[in-house]
Amino acid sequence: MIRFDNISKRYPEGRDALQSVSFHLPAGAMAFLTGHSGAGKSTLLKLIALLERATRGQLFLDGENLTRTGKRKIPLVRRKIGMIFQNYRLLFDRTVFDNVALPLVIAGHRHQDIGRRVRAALDKVGLLDKERALPITLSGGEQQRVGIARAVVNKPPLLLADEPTGNLDPELSRDIMRLFEEFNRVGVTVLIASHDLDLIARLGHPQLRLHQGHLLNPEVLSIR
Amino acid sequence: MKLPAPLRVYLLRHAQVALSSLGRLYRAPLASLMTAAVIGIALALPSGLYVLTDNLQRLGSQWDGGANLSLFLRHDVSIEQAEALKAKLDRWPEIERLRLITPQQALAEFRQLSGFGDTLDILEENPLPAVLAVKPAASATQPDTAAALKRRLQALPQVELAQLDLQWVKRFNALVTIVQRAIWVLSALLALAVLLITGNTIRLEIQNRREEIEITKLIGATGAFIRRPFLYSGLWYGFGGALLAALLLALAFLQLNAPVRELAGLYQSSFRLHLLDMGQWLVLLSSGALLGLIGAWIAVGRHLATIEPG
Ligand SMILES: Nc1ncnc2c1ncn2[C@@H]1O[C@H](COP(=O)(O)OP(=O)(O)OP(=O)(O)O)[C@@H](O)[C@H]1O
Ligand SMILES: [Mg+2]
Repeated sequence: MIRFDNISKRYPEGRDALQSVSFHLPAGAMAFLTGHSGAGKSTLLKLIALLERATRGQLFLDGENLTRTGKRKIPLVRRKIGMIFQNYRLLFDRTVFDNVALPLVIAGHRHQDIGRRVRAALDKVGLLDKERALPITLSGGEQQRVGIARAVVNKPPLLLADEPTGNLDPELSRDIMRLFEEFNRVGVTVLIASHDLDLIARLGHPQLRLHQGHLLNPEVLSIR
Repeated sequence: MKLPAPLRVYLLRHAQVALSSLGRLYRAPLASLMTAAVIGIALALPSGLYVLTDNLQRLGSQWDGGANLSLFLRHDVSIEQAEALKAKLDRWPEIERLRLITPQQALAEFRQLSGFGDTLDILEENPLPAVLAVKPAASATQPDTAAALKRRLQALPQVELAQLDLQWVKRFNALVTIVQRAIWVLSALLALAVLLITGNTIRLEIQNRREEIEITKLIGATGAFIRRPFLYSGLWYGFGGALLAALLLALAFLQLNAPVRELAGLYQSSFRLHLLDMGQWLVLLSSGALLGLIGAWIAVGRHLATIEPG
């Protein structure tokens, strides 16, 4: 699903955020991305969603070489990815329903289709009764779940999450991780950047460990 | 007729965006109305001036009918001599038609039109000369040929004064033409102003919705998808402005129509103010909408590309 081939990323002013990172995350896998603050976790996820461009190396998503993707093709790449952000990135002047519907509206789905799919996604994250609410009236955990519903509503083959449990209490964090495992069970490839070492150790999925831009254990994925 | 499905979906999506853009403007009525009002005034100004000169031109053409010459004959020329002169001039190729107005006829006409009937009775003698009204042939209606004809007629011994009538119509028309040029220049400047107004309004709107633009880009929106609502906003601003301009014109027309009709009545003229015809209304509305769209297009092109999610 995702293949990094000697990827390096240097921000215009700053040292290298990633240095010669290589790994292969097969389709249908679930893995965590760990490392200290500033190790390059967010950078790695951003490269996959083409929010940043690699300085060197080759990057493949679903067989497509992203280093060659033109500006006009970027939206099509992003539609294959469900992105979940630590700070949720919801539209605060729209209802929960409208927020979750956005990827479907962008992709041009039919009206009836949108209603059905949005409710299915909200049902999965347990927020069916909140569809008319504004995000501002929801708790942090609920907002995060709205973000997850939005990420999965158009059934993307890949889910990327950057610190999805950063602001949540342990119990909620566990619930959210279980949600990701559920998606993974139906075939979605999942990559989650997280600090929460205790939690992810208990879940037992492979961990990609970043340290100062270097990937310490690329072999962890190919072993399984 | 049934449209092919992709086209139907495309049109439906455009209609949805157009409506939701309109709804967004409607939800901030004061701000939207102010922008539309500024555009409306900018459009009403040249349109109003155009209507004004158009009416002046109509007024001028009512009195025109080609250049006419009046030959005021000397007082000592008798009616018979005047008739003879008329017969002679009738054979000139430069002259199409001649009409003799005897002093009696002139006085009667004056009496009727001026309302000075009783006062004129005091005069012992008719002070008015006999007049030959000359309609030049088409070959002699150009300014220089008409002037040459006037000189030849002036040289006749029976003629006291040859006067090229309604020369002012020509001057007036020349003046109107100049004013119309000025209106074109003004229109161009005000069109530019409309572009700047919509462009700036859309720029602010883009800034206000920066977060929303970033998020939609983040989840795979194309440039066209993000542009569309802003382009429709510009279109609505321009169209709304043009509607207001039309309203302003109609109000001004209502204010002026009755007094002008009254004034025309005093001059025994059937002149009526003329506003715009159907085609011209459409030009006003569509140029407003088009200017709004172009203004939005420029703003969108300059400011949307700089917003990238990070
Ligand atoms: N836009 C940017 N411009 C310049 N440098 C950046 C930018 N974004 C990140 N960096 C730098 O790149 C390095 C990696 O940052 P990154 O955000 O990927 O770390 P991280 O592992 O996600 O950290 P955290 O756990 O704190 O979120 C850091 O040294 C950071 O300062
Ligand atoms: Mg980070």
